[in-house]
Amino acid sequence: MNPNLSRRRFIKAVIASGAAAATHAGMPSALAAGAADDATKGGVERLMSLNINGKIRRVDVLPQETLAYTLRYKLGLTGTKIGCNRGECGACTVLVDDIPNYSCSTLTHSVRSRGVLTVEGLQAPDGTLHPVQQAFIDELAPQCGFCTPGQAMAAVGLLKDNPNPTREQARQALSGNLCRCGAYDNYLNGVMRAAGGKA
Amino acid sequence: MSNYKHIGKDFVPPDITGKVTGKARYAEDFRADGMVFARLYTSPMAHGRVTNIDTSALDGMEGIVGILTADDVPAVEAPNAAILTNTPVYIGDPILAVAAEDEKTAEDALARIRVHIEPMPFTVDPLDSLIEGGPNAREEGNVFSRSSEGSGFRTVKWTPQQIADFRAGKEPTGEWVNEWRYGDLEKGFADAAVVVEEPFVTTGYAHMSMEPRTAMAYWDNGRCYVYGSAQSQSFWIPGLARLLGVEQKDVVLISEHTGGGFGSKIGAYPIAALPGWFSKKIGRPVQLRITREQEYYIGSARVGFQGWIKMGFAASGKITAADIFIVEDIGPNATGGDASSAGGAVSLVYDPESLRFRGLPVLTNTTPRGAQRGPGQNQIAAVMAPLMDKAARQLDIDRLEIRKINAVNNDSTVYENQEPVTSAYMKEALDKGAEMFDWATKRNKPKTNGSKVIGIGIGQGYHSAGTKGFDGLLRITPDGKIHLHSGVGNLGTYSYASTTRAAAEVLKCDWEDCVIERGSTDANLPWSSYQAGSVSIFAHTRTNYVAALDAVQKMKQIAAESLGGNASDYDIDGKNVFNVKNPRQSISYGGAAARAIQLGGSYSGAVYPDDIHEITKRSVERLAGSGLIGVAKDNLEQNGVIPGLACAFVEIELDLETGKYDILDYVGIAECGTVVHPQGVEAQMKGGAVWGMGMASLERHVYDPHNGLPANVGYYQCGIPTYLDTPLHIRTAAVDLPDPQNPFGARGIGEPAMGCSVAAVTSAISDALDGHVFGRTPISRDMIINHVAEREQSFKPLQTNNF
Repeated sequence: MNPNLSRRRFIKAVIASGAAAATHAGMPSALAAGAADDATKGGVERLMSLNINGKIRRVDVLPQETLAYTLRYKLGLTGTKIGCNRGECGACTVLVDDIPNYSCSTLTHSVRSRGVLTVEGLQAPDGTLHPVQQAFIDELAPQCGFCTPGQAMAAVGLLKDNPNPTREQARQALSGNLCRCGAYDNYLNGVMRAAGGKA
Repeated sequence: MSNYKHIGKDFVPPDITGKVTGKARYAEDFRADGMVFARLYTSPMAHGRVTNIDTSALDGMEGIVGILTADDVPAVEAPNAAILTNTPVYIGDPILAVAAEDEKTAEDALARIRVHIEPMPFTVDPLDSLIEGGPNAREEGNVFSRSSEGSGFRTVKWTPQQIADFRAGKEPTGEWVNEWRYGDLEKGFADAAVVVEEPFVTTGYAHMSMEPRTAMAYWDNGRCYVYGSAQSQSFWIPGLARLLGVEQKDVVLISEHTGGGFGSKIGAYPIAALPGWFSKKIGRPVQLRITREQEYYIGSARVGFQGWIKMGFAASGKITAADIFIVEDIGPNATGGDASSAGGAVSLVYDPESLRFRGLPVLTNTTPRGAQRGPGQNQIAAVMAPLMDKAARQLDIDRLEIRKINAVNNDSTVYENQEPVTSAYMKEALDKGAEMFDWATKRNKPKTNGSKVIGIGIGQGYHSAGTKGFDGLLRITPDGKIHLHSGVGNLGTYSYASTTRAAAEVLKCDWEDCVIERGSTDANLPWSSYQAGSVSIFAHTRTNYVAALDAVQKMKQIAAESLGGNASDYDIDGKNVFNVKNPRQSISYGGAAARAIQLGGSYSGAVYPDDIHEITKRSVERLAGSGLIGVAKDNLEQNGVIPGLACAFVEIELDLETGKYDILDYVGIAECGTVVHPQGVEAQMKGGAVWGMGMASLERHVYDPHNGLPANVGYYQCGIPTYLDTPLHIRTAAVDLPDPQNPFGARGIGEPAMGCSVAAVTSAISDALDGHVFGRTPISRDMIINHVAEREQSFKPLQTNNF
């Protein structure tokens, strides 16, 4: 990725291009009108299998449904937060095949046959926290905590791609995740701690 | 260094693991059986009257459960905000709500409803309303003044010449409604060697908490259960009960986590009561999750200022006089009071020998205003810093020195009544910051490198940081566990937890033996503060202290009763109560708790003090008999103003070709008495720094004056600072000197943490531009470019909300 192209700028460009958009309810209403029921009417198959946190989940998904909506409202995975529902804040960030994505701006049908990782999937089976989660605690990174799942997923995505980032690289990688409490310094300390470096 | 066991030590707040795992539940994460989803129809007009609502298109529509209009909820007296209204006073004012089996159906229904609104005059800039012939934001008038002598609407108009003179930077001569003063202002200016005089604007902007506020409610056995997004916890109950029209005992508030407040969720706000009324009407649980856009509308905004200030300085650098006039943009609901607080902040931070404040609160049809992190104090901090620099240059005094000369200290008297302060160490903070920042070296560094210019700045922040008179409550159970009941809300400062450590300190117990009870009225919580105004640390280390003292005394009395002797013969060691002369004579905390249950009376909570709040009384009544109860009202001595103080030093590199600047270094120093929770103070100082950076250059309301439409309802448009707008490192430290009026020496810091930042940045920008004073926040890039190019700015002087 162009080091001068921050993730925030990249994502904004994608949004501006109209690649994906959602209404407040998580579904574009115009598209939803008379919801294409199933493949027999020429639409996509609504009942689909999703690979969420390593488990296959069968779920009935409307053609225009966003991944954030499916996760929160169909699968009960409420760790993924919806802060803006328009691809600005990153609170809904999940990994799709290890790449951070705004789930509010991702159609669920587009992740068919791909691996989705949410904040609920970060802990080890024995309950051990992911190094990013532990580092966020050690650095008292979350304040109100609403953006934290998204920050964590962006950080995990970065470390999968680059296990030893510089602080500047970490800042660029997380720049698509807003924190109104202003805890950016603490989150960056957390990322660097998780990467094994000094904060 | 102190010998405290808990105070001044870091700990892992019990809720933080849930935040990093996604298990933390915010209001919208709760569900109830049979719950339906409500969505809001909000006003598309800045001011109007609803003449007809046609819902016939919803007849027979599948999934629709109900409609709630203003006729279904209590009317409120203007200018206060209603739950729903038929006379909207801003774009986004809620008019009705639809409930459906799912959110999409509710939204589809909204699109089919036809609401007819008769337009009425509106204004988005106070000066456009103030000028003769200008529109009033409300039918009742264009000014609303709240005061102890009486509140009410007024219509105040200035002549075009008075407005023109004000815009030209002259002392306002139009009518004002609020005034207070102290000292001899005229003598102060007569004695001055240098006088600085500037007009200024600080534009309002949205709180934009991360969580679009949600409320869910249902009724059970006559009680209303509300799952809300609340900044405080117990403090919400009286207001929520009023909004719902029920007694306080019949409201249960569940608020485990809140996605940001910053002043916008201090008390119960009207929209939080909507699901309760809707649920009552349709007989099913209702959740209202508002949108980001609606959070912009409903979620409150900072009060804007259009003002004029004149200050006199003696040759020594001491401020001899300060004269302040502020036209205050109080939105449509007359919420604010920031202007007078700004005058108070000048009085405290700079300790001038004389001061006059005059204010005029003007209504506009922009989003409702409310307290926002340092309401008033932080706006004026941004204004003051470049003016202090300007005076310093004219007096040939170092910019750091002039701040130290005027620094509030233990002997200062402040505000209109020249009250004492509990303690104040601003000079010490400035010295510490200057050393960390290396002011002495940086002030002499070369300033320019091609088109890049270095600027360094100093800012000072203040907010009163404490209150008194709330209750503390804890319970020791026979298993030896200490249940610390915290009525403080959880908005992200961790003070709900850090303040309870005061009780653990008194009880000398291990933190592992403590359990914090919180998050729901039904967790039996004490009456607690509003969790705003930086008060929590001061107020609730005191409440936990007095409750713990009560528990210790009761344990000693139980030990004496069980083991012989007098209570004064006994002491505690964190696990046991023991006879000082014969330590083998002892009873465990758990044993004392079991005995307390047997003894009853005040030991078990069957009897409690008369002076505690009715909310605390109800909690004690429910807890009675389950352990040893420690409960007390904070009646500790408290006199004078409790200041939270901070200062910041900033170095920026400003590009004269683009107007963009990077913050190269930031040092923030907290002066909040004894530090209770080091990581918590650091987090507040850093978060406050980011807020200050946003206010200095990024965040503002933008309204189209022709139709009242807001241009920036999203995060990005609002200019919320991102990672890339803030420096790679933010450095902080604390003075850490105890305040004598807190048992542990502690005061608050959340708001000054921002004021010092915005002030330091405006000071640094001014420094980079050879002392130019913009007199405006935010200072946008185009303003900098226009200044450098010697072009006129794109807005009229003092224009606000639409530049």
